Amino acid sequence: MTAAVFFGCAFIAFGPAFSLFIFTIAKDPLRVIILIAGAFFWLVSLLLSSLVWFIATKATNAQDLTLQKNLLIFGSIFSVILQEVFRFAYYRLLRKANEGLAAISEEDGPPLSVREMAYVAGLGFGIMSGAFSMINTLSDSLGPGTVGMFGDSQYYFITSALMTLALTMLHTFWGVVFFEGCERKRWWVIAVVLCVHLMVFSLSLLNPFYVGSILPVYAIMLLMAVWAFFSSGGSLHNITLLWTCRKSNTETSS
Amino acid sequence: MGLESSKWAIIFLVCWCLGDGNTSLQKLATSIVFFFCLSDVSCNSVEQKIYVELNNTVPCVRLLNATHQIGCQSSISGDTGVIHVLESEADLEWPLSKGPNPPYMVLLESSLFTRSIMMKMKNESNRVAGVAVVVPNTSPPEFSPHTTCPNENTGVYSDNYGPNLAHCNTTVWNPRGNGLSYEEFDFPVFSLKEDNETEFIKQCYLDHNRAVNGSAPQYPLCAMQLFSHMHAVTNTPTCMRRNDINFSINPEMVCDPLGDYNVWGSIRPYNDTVFGHKENESVVIAAARLDSRAFFWEVSTGAEGSVSGFVTLLAAAQALREVTHEAPPTRNILFAFFQGETFDYIGSSRMVYDMENGKFVIDLDNIHSVLEIGQVAVHSGTNLFLHSDPVSRRNNTVNDEVREELFSSFFSSTAGLSFLLVEPNVSQPLPPSSLQRFLRAQPIPGIVLADHESAFNNRYYESFYDNAANLNLTYPSDLSPEEQLEFVTDTAKSLTDVATVVARALYKQAGGNESLVNNIKADPKIVTQMLYGFLVSSNNSWFQAVMAPELKNILKPSPPEYYVGVAMSSTPTRLVQYLLANLTGAATNLTQSQCQKPDELPNESRQMYSYLWVQGIVPPNSTERDSFCVRASVRLTKAVSPAFELGEYASKDYSTWTESRWKFIKARIFLVASRDLEMLTLGVGVAVLFTSLLVTYFISTKADVLFSSTREPASAAY
Repeated sequence: MTAAVFFGCAFIAFGPAFSLFIFTIAKDPLRVIILIAGAFFWLVSLLLSSLVWFIATKATNAQDLTLQKNLLIFGSIFSVILQEVFRFAYYRLLRKANEGLAAISEEDGPPLSVREMAYVAGLGFGIMSGAFSMINTLSDSLGPGTVGMFGDSQYYFITSALMTLALTMLHTFWGVVFFEGCERKRWWVIAVVLCVHLMVFSLSLLNPFYVGSILPVYAIMLLMAVWAFFSSGGSLHNITLLWTCRKSNTETSS
Repeated sequence: MGLESSKWAIIFLVCWCLGDGNTSLQKLATSIVFFFCLSDVSCNSVEQKIYVELNNTVPCVRLLNATHQIGCQSSISGDTGVIHVLESEADLEWPLSKGPNPPYMVLLESSLFTRSIMMKMKNESNRVAGVAVVVPNTSPPEFSPHTTCPNENTGVYSDNYGPNLAHCNTTVWNPRGNGLSYEEFDFPVFSLKEDNETEFIKQCYLDHNRAVNGSAPQYPLCAMQLFSHMHAVTNTPTCMRRNDINFSINPEMVCDPLGDYNVWGSIRPYNDTVFGHKENESVVIAAARLDSRAFFWEVSTGAEGSVSGFVTLLAAAQALREVTHEAPPTRNILFAFFQGETFDYIGSSRMVYDMENGKFVIDLDNIHSVLEIGQVAVHSGTNLFLHSDPVSRRNNTVNDEVREELFSSFFSSTAGLSFLLVEPNVSQPLPPSSLQRFLRAQPIPGIVLADHESAFNNRYYESFYDNAANLNLTYPSDLSPEEQLEFVTDTAKSLTDVATVVARALYKQAGGNESLVNNIKADPKIVTQMLYGFLVSSNNSWFQAVMAPELKNILKPSPPEYYVGVAMSSTPTRLVQYLLANLTGAATNLTQSQCQKPDELPNESRQMYSYLWVQGIVPPNSTERDSFCVRASVRLTKAVSPAFELGEYASKDYSTWTESRWKFIKARIFLVASRDLEMLTLGVGVAVLFTSLLVTYFISTKADVLFSSTREPASAAY
């Protein structure tokens, strides 16, 4: 619509990812490398699944709209599955790399724990996924017009940004949970992550019924946040510890 | 965010940009991008959800002369305004003062496209973003955006020559003119046709922009954006000076002079390399003008204004062909078709300048008399008028010449015709015509033939309504295009009569054999074919046959545009050149290569004639055209104003019209959202950013407390 909408949607979609990057990733070059490589893995998974979809559309009648929509859904499901496969592949790669990094590092042991790698890899997936979802829409939001001429909702830009934000955070949490499950050889975790990803995808099909798509996705995001918190070493005890630490700090300082 | 196909396209694009994999992957990605974007799935469907491009629009562009700029201008990134369909002149209150969402883009029906409404919008132009005019298929009762006194400063009448006749003091030639074409607007004005796109725009307005019961309409509102940014400003000397700035390797031109080519042909050929005065040569010039204009750029049809005149002259030239071969007259006859006459006589002033400076095959002293054909859309029962210049007729020789020879040549030619020739009041000046430029140089006897006694009869002078319907050019409805081409309309019959009169008068004026005069007759078939080609569809079999093979693409299924333009390649000039060559020249047996190099042959000379290879007709039983070489004494001479040759860009004597350049011109419609929603989005975004920065900082500093339960040894690398 204008620069205001452009910046607003950009901040909504990429604000948390940006702040995570600045405060937790940017200082450590190894984390940056893992982030970029994670983004690349996501890209490759999307490329391969897009190839499949592209061949399917070219091989069929382009005018049949329901068939094309069904092909798109099929392609997207295939893409979700392939993303999780690539997440697993990245996990294997990082495990192998970790041994090599441990051998050449100056300290004893690996420089990054699997938990940290999980978080960074998830964030890499999330950033690239968010970029792909949002950049196209953002560039059109700079012009003077807004969506709605053909019956679409005029809240298109805001809701796209909110979905992108949710998806970025979801990928981060999935990364953490997934890697932890693989470490502990809990294979059911992988299946659950895949199912939740598919559920989020199918909720996005409900657009433009935004109440039915955005609210459940945010609910899922909160649930995944809690799960990721617990599986990365947090606990209720730590939270109370934090609270009393702060309280005692404020008591001692006042 | 639905998973749209656009996402997949961008996938490939970014893959290609960021691919740090091996090169084969990059190649695969690039090839997929290429094929994908070429397929019929669009490359960007978000943009398609927002904007609807308008394709059948015509802008109004900026023209400049020595002192002023006229026309319309938009800002460099387009002008956006909320659409308002104007219902009446009183409804102008809404966009100009009452409406709550300025600026407005006003959509006008053609009946509301009047001077008073446009001037009111011009005065409040901070609330008006632009105007779109819907041009209907039927014409209003009258409309002429030209001035009331065309070319008043570059004609012959001035304070030194007939001061009481200057500036239309005695006769206002175009009383219906509202002068809109010569006003300056600082918002864009576009014209739309009455088609599905316009219906869509009106429907969008009705759906979103109507005020319900006096309250303000709710956002989102339907808006239009017009891009027509013109590079030139102020006047011609300024823009020509800016053309010459060459700081960079690619100098940016901002304007171009208007001009094209004049077409001239003669009965006896002239050597094209010998210029200046020719001893004992006396020439009768028969002139007509080729161009016209309209308010909007390039859509000029000029049926009564110019087509009637030059079609008559072409038919007269064809009628004279036989008799001048059998019994050549004593004087030569030169047929001249001038381009650019609408813009202060570009073509005729250039020819007079060339004659004065010895750059044309004859001289002003070689001219015996001038006969010009003006607007001659005569209907049966009306008269034709022979206008002459009263000031030059005060000189007795000129007066005698005009009366004895010119008038009598005419009056004795009208036997058996459906109109009368009348001489208007002696004290009336000449109408705007090329003859005025000849008189500026030298008093030459001359007549302008027109269908109006004083003011123009043409109700649509220099407007986009001056089309075939204005000439009553109608065909029975069940004819195919080829049959329409051959059908002799009533208009064609009356123009044929005029052409016959002109041809006979020219022959007598040139001193031809009196007894042969009554054998001269113009051919109605040729006249009706020319009228069809110039006013209905230029892509017909006859025009295809007379044109050169390399020029056949300029023929289109619509009539050609008669705006003189800047590209020096205007369609009417080419058409008239080839038609004149075919109608007055001779078909030869030369082959195509000989036609290009005729000097190698003993009897042919490129200096005396021009040799044109034309397509010819398709014989009934074959598919190949019967192309042949036409030899005719038809030439083109440059019709660019002498002001540009001399570098006098502020000249008061010559035309100084230039047309501005522009980068692109387009129009689109879309919905605009309220300012509140935009600010809300920005506010939410900033809030999310700050919150996430704070939360992330907080969590990252407390991470060792929060994530401490199964800490691995030596994992303090944050």
